[in-house]
Amino acid sequence: MKIRAFMKQLSFVSWVGIGLLVVHVVMALAAPWIAPYSPTAIDATQAMRPPSLQHWGGTDRYGRDIFSRVIYGGQIALVISLTSAALAVVGGGLIGVYVAYSGGFIDDVIMRLIDALISIPSVLLLLVIVTAFGSGNSVIIAAMVVSYLPGVVRVVRATALEYVPRDFIQAARIRGEKTIHIVRDELWPNILDVVFVEFAMNASWIVLAVSGLSFLGFGVNPPTPDWGLMVNENRAMLLLAPWGILYPMGAVATLVIALNLVSDAIANALGLDRSRGVPV
Amino acid sequence: MSTPLVEVAGLSIGFRRPNGTTVPAVHDVSLQLMPGERLGIVGESGCGKSTLTLALLGYIRGNGTRMQGTVRREGVDLFALTEAELQQVRGAEIALVPQNAGQALAPHLTVGAQIADVLARHRDITGQPAQHQIVQLLRDMRFSDPDQIAVRYPHQLSGGQQQRIALAMALAGAPNVLVLDEPTTGLDVTTQAHLLLLLDEITRNTQMTTVVVSHDLGVIARTASRVIVMYAGEIVEDGLVSQVFANPRHPYTRGLIAALPRIDRPELPTAMAGQLEHDYTYQRCTFAPRCAFAQQICDTAPQLGVTEAMHRVRCHRWHEISNEVRPADVGTSVGRDEGSITMPVVLDIKNVAATYQRRRWQSWWRDDGVDVVRDVQIQLMAGQTCALVGESGSGKSTLARMITGLHPPRRGEIRLFDAPLHADVSRRSVAERRHVQLVFQNPDSSLNPRHTIAEILHRPQFVFFGRSRAESLAYSRDMLQNVRMDEAYLTRYPSQLSGGEKQRIAIARAFLAEPAVVVCDEVVSALDVSVQAAVLRLLVDMQQKSQTAYLFISHDLAVVRAVAQYVVVLYAGQVCEYGPAETVFSAPFHPYTAMLLAAVLSIDTTPAVDTLPQRIDVVDDSVHGCPFVARCPVAIAGVCETTPPPWQPAATGHALRCHHPRDVLGANQHPQV
Repeated sequence: MKIRAFMKQLSFVSWVGIGLLVVHVVMALAAPWIAPYSPTAIDATQAMRPPSLQHWGGTDRYGRDIFSRVIYGGQIALVISLTSAALAVVGGGLIGVYVAYSGGFIDDVIMRLIDALISIPSVLLLLVIVTAFGSGNSVIIAAMVVSYLPGVVRVVRATALEYVPRDFIQAARIRGEKTIHIVRDELWPNILDVVFVEFAMNASWIVLAVSGLSFLGFGVNPPTPDWGLMVNENRAMLLLAPWGILYPMGAVATLVIALNLVSDAIANALGLDRSRGVPV
Repeated sequence: MSTPLVEVAGLSIGFRRPNGTTVPAVHDVSLQLMPGERLGIVGESGCGKSTLTLALLGYIRGNGTRMQGTVRREGVDLFALTEAELQQVRGAEIALVPQNAGQALAPHLTVGAQIADVLARHRDITGQPAQHQIVQLLRDMRFSDPDQIAVRYPHQLSGGQQQRIALAMALAGAPNVLVLDEPTTGLDVTTQAHLLLLLDEITRNTQMTTVVVSHDLGVIARTASRVIVMYAGEIVEDGLVSQVFANPRHPYTRGLIAALPRIDRPELPTAMAGQLEHDYTYQRCTFAPRCAFAQQICDTAPQLGVTEAMHRVRCHRWHEISNEVRPADVGTSVGRDEGSITMPVVLDIKNVAATYQRRRWQSWWRDDGVDVVRDVQIQLMAGQTCALVGESGSGKSTLARMITGLHPPRRGEIRLFDAPLHADVSRRSVAERRHVQLVFQNPDSSLNPRHTIAEILHRPQFVFFGRSRAESLAYSRDMLQNVRMDEAYLTRYPSQLSGGEKQRIAIARAFLAEPAVVVCDEVVSALDVSVQAAVLRLLVDMQQKSQTAYLFISHDLAVVRAVAQYVVVLYAGQVCEYGPAETVFSAPFHPYTAMLLAAVLSIDTTPAVDTLPQRIDVVDDSVHGCPFVARCPVAIAGVCETTPPPWQPAATGHALRCHHPRDVLGANQHPQV
């Protein structure tokens, strides 16, 4: 019922966002069945072909099918961005709620640490972590979580602060509830809407950051198909074979746009965007 | 007879829902406002009184639409005017004093600048003359230092002062109709009395036409000569205040008046059945579902008919029922046998003091708090209600926080069943926590909006008795029955409940812990009159079943009179008078208690308060004498400021703290309220 009410009030633009996201997810999940070629199969006879009926996205200089590589690249992009966004949002969210509830000394110390982390430019932070610990998927995810968690803590803490002084929290304290119960069962459900929005926003930023890292050569290792990596590999042939860059760039752009639109849709539905006059 | 100043004819206003339907808020309202008339509009929340009030200024909120009817001011239809023309009318001809002035004033401008705005826009007064005018207006509002006040920002003023500024702003446009929306809601009783007195003075002197909207019958009785009672968007009764309150014709008005706690009667007011449902139609009498007199004929819509001169009522049967007394019209008195004073002491509050300091970890090396509670002693006895009375800032809520273990006392101790109760709730045992329960003032914030009622009622049972969800369900059902609610509520969320229902759930949650003490912190002050009566009755019933001790914190003396056996009066964190209820409500009174009693509004008599001393909010810590000295009308110069007043006990168990001997105090006071 709630989902139906949510869907009913969605605007056309929101539907575009949701549609794009669904297309991306389906492509990533069904890659082995959709992709016409293996993403890593080299065929020197077919190198640098423009888009055609055989190769919808053309081929790169090793004769690899661009379209197949874009489809498989979505797997990496989605897995890394959604996993790190989920970890950053849940971790940052719980820290934010805990800090808001505790107040006092704990609040002061943790928030100053968060401020310190935020003051480091995120690209720098990512590069340092990846350089220090190597560029495996788990390291990239960890780097993303470290860079994006502080922002989540701030937002969630601010939202939770609105609920902390409410009487139902006082009631729980008088009952003698443990902090974990108050944070998890009393406060967390109330800030869940903000968490959803933060998740979609962060996921879109992380898609960009992951592609950026790969482009700079600090991300996923070749020959794994990755959008940022593809742009980097094919940029030398920008004028001869622009399709090698346009397709992966288009994929990054549509995924980021989709996630942003979905985040807006959630925010609107929950009344977080006051500019549109939606009652809270 | 002169022509009406404002004439509303057949006005209906509806609000559009997101799903396309329109909910009526005001239905077919016709009224005439004569020059110099003092009109009161009374009704409970959701009755459409605010919508009607704003329509008097040609304004309809947000998604509302005027479905039919007109509002004419001196013959001009306000809804036919353009926005620019309306701006000329509003403020200059009809001025509004909005509810909650604190939010209506712009926070970034000094109050003087805001008044100057009105003068410049509506009366073309600027520069030096405007400054003179502002000072004069503020002086009229009884500010002793108008120049100082004019340069302050709204947040630097108290609630009563903000309300007076809003009044000054409304008067700055020199309107001939003044509309006041809930002018005293949220103010302390003495501040309210001041404001009403001031209003009286201003409007009587200038013969100004006023419209006062309030849920409080007492405020209406004090400020209006004619009253309109609204229910479900309709006028159900209209007449002179003296007629309507002394001789109400409509069953709803009768119910409202019966539900009103009276300061002069130590008995529980009578609750009205049911509540205003949202699915009413105007095809039948809207009040019929709740009406004890409803019959077949009430399935058709009644018209507003004339009963006698100047008195109209919307009821088919007003004439037949005028001599019928519903059983509910008679109040019942609370069991108040004096022998029960010897009940066992459950909670003993011994000489506690409390202070608010800086953040805890910064106060390791500094100790600069001011005591907000000092040397308070209260004993709560099983099955008895002890009322704690005082204005805002008197330390009532701090005391509640100390009892529940949220705020550590600086001195003194609290004993439960004659064993010391730990100051910090997290160090208290399960049994100790279970025995001390708190019911909050605001039911909207005391229930977690994301939990179902079942979950809300389950949690204390899990914490205190270790019951599983399944086990707790039976107890929850029983408890819902005790608080007179259906078990269908178990699956609902708090947002689906009305204010009164939420408060019942909060009470149910407290009693599921099977407590020895329940602290009721202003539990009925956020509720409508008819709901308030029902919740009070529920509290008394629950107490009689379980022999629970209540600490009933309230600023409303009439409510206290209805439920309490024992009363403690708190001023600036110190007890100034205590004793069994009837001794506190009869002379001799502490001067502060006398002031509180004088400020209580009644619908029967106009209280004789003409010389309330100025309210001073600052508690000067350097004063070692009586804390009340600055406001006391009978303070003895040179004594009260320097020497703490002595306690003067009497054999009845009553005691007050004053330099004046008891018999001297009593001689100048009315013996009984």
